[in-house]
Amino acid sequence: MFDTIKTKYRRNPVFHAVLLSGFALISAVLLIIGNQLTAESIELRRIEDLQFSLGQVIPADLHDNDLWSDTRTLKDADGTGTTYHLARRGGEVTAAAFEQTTAGYSGLIRLLIGVDREGKILGVRVLAHTETPGLGDKIDHAKNDWILGFDDKSLTDPTEAGWKVKKDGGVFDQFSGATITPRAVVKAIHQGLILFASQKDRLLAPGKEGTS
Amino acid sequence: MSDSYSHIALEGIWTNNIVFTQLLALCPLMAVTDTATNGLGMGIATTAVLAASGATVSIWRHFITQEIRIPALVLIIATLVTLVEMGMNAWMHQMYKVLGLFIPLIVTNCAILGRAETFASRNWLLPAFADGLFMGMGFTIALVSLGAVREILGSGTLFANASYLLGSHFSFLEMTIVPDYKGFLLFVLPPGGFIVLGFLIAGRRIFDDFLFRVLPEPRNDAEDEPEPAGAAQS
Repeated sequence: MFDTIKTKYRRNPVFHAVLLSGFALISAVLLIIGNQLTAESIELRRIEDLQFSLGQVIPADLHDNDLWSDTRTLKDADGTGTTYHLARRGGEVTAAAFEQTTAGYSGLIRLLIGVDREGKILGVRVLAHTETPGLGDKIDHAKNDWILGFDDKSLTDPTEAGWKVKKDGGVFDQFSGATITPRAVVKAIHQGLILFASQKDRLLAPGKEGTS
Repeated sequence: MSDSYSHIALEGIWTNNIVFTQLLALCPLMAVTDTATNGLGMGIATTAVLAASGATVSIWRHFITQEIRIPALVLIIATLVTLVEMGMNAWMHQMYKVLGLFIPLIVTNCAILGRAETFASRNWLLPAFADGLFMGMGFTIALVSLGAVREILGSGTLFANASYLLGSHFSFLEMTIVPDYKGFLLFVLPPGGFIVLGFLIAGRRIFDDFLFRVLPEPRNDAEDEPEPAGAAQS
């Protein structure tokens, strides 16, 4: 059946165009269905990962509230918003955690940074990345302790010149075989601290808990 | 092309091995084989896609005409890889966190396109599926052996982080071969991969030569492979 059609029309380019369009259509439909089926679960997994990482970047003794639901979104100078998860103890804000996104070696790296009231880093974790396995993926705490090197650092320790990888004259290690990834992470954390410092006053002002 | 499954298995794992004979898929090979564990992860993910693409291409083979075969095959493989990635992210999230990084790299694996074109588009469903499975196994063996040599020479360990990929039952695999090893960067980087691959291929040739001399005259049809000429396919 199809073979006779194929023999009859094989010299006609339109026939092949239609066939290929058919494949494209089927692929598109499959991808849409796949996306519909998985979107909700993927979003849930993303939230679970974020909740787990929140517990990692803000020590438990700093807060008695629910980090996940207590958020405040502030507008930056350029109009984009940053959402902070606030840690409170006895109503007073003790620490905050926020996401920073940066371009790594291949694709985006999403970081979660936890800082105390003075802007000192409590912890940093990578939420998602697509860096090369075995090289750039050492930024992931599950594979390497490198990311712990940012603990207790702030804008004054090291000073601005030190917020670079060692290869560029800074204080942070790069990994053998991957410089671009750690360079991007160091820069993103530094920018995150600058952003936090600029919004600190508005952020740490007491206010009621919940989403605002 | 023989229909017998043992022939397909032998071809995939040894005589027509994707890496050691066809010298395909060098890009993902060099990128991930700095440790044996990463090689294993990439091998498992690739095997799944090879088997699935073999089966899918075989089902649709009558509709894939000679003229549109390249774009059609690329489309099928890319769709499969994307579906596998979304499904793993949603329902096998722990595994996705480990293998997820390898999945987009599978699209760059020309061996999958090669098998779809030379085998799956000419064969019935089951042999096509089996071919993907055994080619994937051969690829996994190559990845793990290359990864193991590079890991021992480069970092002094073997199967580091294996429990992270396979679960805590497999933590016995994690070994420190050379204690207090300072590391040998060359073998962690791709040039070391090429050097080790060269020695592995040479070793394989010597082994095949040895078999050729030791084994009695092969039966009529079996060992009629000529010495592999290096590039069996482009």
